[in-house]
Amino acid sequence: MALRSISLEIGAGECVALVGHNGSGKTTLLKITSLLARQSKGQIAFFLGDQELSAEAVKRHIGMVAHHTLVYDELTAEENLVFFAKLFRLSDPIARARQALEPVGLSRRANDMARTFSRGMRQRLAIARALLASPKLLLFDEPAAGLDPEGQHWLGSTLGKLHASGCTIIMSTHGRNETQASVTRAIRLDGGEITHDSGPSGDPYGVLAMAAVRETVEGDAR
Amino acid sequence: MSLAHSAATILAKELKTEFRSRELLGTTVIFVLIVLVLFSFTFNPTSSESRHFGPGLLWLAFLFAGSLMLQPSFLREQTNDTLAALRLAPIDPFSILAGKMAANFLFLLLVELILLPVFAVLYNVAILPVLPQLVLVLALGTIGLATTGTVFSAVAAQARLRELLLPLLLLPVLAPVLIASTEATAGILRDPSELSLVWLTFLCAFDVVFLTAAWLFGEYLLEE
Repeated sequence: MALRSISLEIGAGECVALVGHNGSGKTTLLKITSLLARQSKGQIAFFLGDQELSAEAVKRHIGMVAHHTLVYDELTAEENLVFFAKLFRLSDPIARARQALEPVGLSRRANDMARTFSRGMRQRLAIARALLASPKLLLFDEPAAGLDPEGQHWLGSTLGKLHASGCTIIMSTHGRNETQASVTRAIRLDGGEITHDSGPSGDPYGVLAMAAVRETVEGDAR
Repeated sequence: MSLAHSAATILAKELKTEFRSRELLGTTVIFVLIVLVLFSFTFNPTSSESRHFGPGLLWLAFLFAGSLMLQPSFLREQTNDTLAALRLAPIDPFSILAGKMAANFLFLLLVELILLPVFAVLYNVAILPVLPQLVLVLALGTIGLATTGTVFSAVAAQARLRELLLPLLLLPVLAPVLIASTEATAGILRDPSELSLVWLTFLCAFDVVFLTAAWLFGEYLLEE
């Protein structure tokens, strides 16, 4: 069982960091939240204002950046985004795709195949895909993994802008990096259970610092 | 309408990626050509023997083509976990299967239409006078192949030993399609007016049953 006794309420506009070592249940929690995985017990509910949303309606409001890029290597950057814009039934998919490529700095590579992109560029394309339908809830599974310091800096400022625009963000993260600058709440998972939660109004950096120290100590011990 | 739109979008993506690389089509055509030539060399059939055994060999070759061609249908989606991206989209899960079924149907039909003249020459069978009836049988049999193949490709893609699993699952399940298509094709080749309604109805029923099952259980088939 990857998760146990999880009871969590996340409010609109929060930027939540999930921390914990590998196998602690961060990815499973994100997968259940994105409706990619089904929980064996319990329930998950999404509200827009006072109204509870159906699964299909929820998907319209979720953007996810996962371990993998979730884009097709055999399509160009623009073709990838046009394809997903059509699936989300966005009006004028080509214009939306071009618009989404601009803030991630890929406009000049719009017609290049995704397979020719570096890890950092793929991650930017993955973020453009996740933001395509202007989601209200963003889920990031270790978004800084594999990014160089410049990429991490860019990602940190992008997350800051998204949070400032009112997006709710839940991300799993490791160690200390620039993506944590906008975090308003930190939750530590251990063995599938929540061991620390700074809460919506508490100081998240205590939990983040504790997790980083523990990762360093465990890393040194290994 | 929404289901048709998303299925058509996925179909267009499948066609674009395949016709851009032509990997799957090229490999399958060559493989099935080799199978047909080997069958011809092994049995060296006369014209009357061809009419008798030819349809079975032809449909066996199509079955091999199917098990080869349908394998990557969902395996390709694992490279960057793009199946997750499809499942994250606000679409009916069946539209993912339907788009892929339609693409697989078109790919298989294309392979079959390329191979039909080769079969006619190698096995000395006149197919032109019975072409419309033959295309009808091909279409119904291929819908069965593509539907079941796509469903089992989705199941096998999530398992260990996935490369071995698809033929093991697929070939026994497709035995009814093989029998019905072979019998219907043999009837047409014997006598063009002998288009068996029984076998055609059987093929239609098989297609409807598997399409309905895929529609009902699509969501579970695509889950991790």
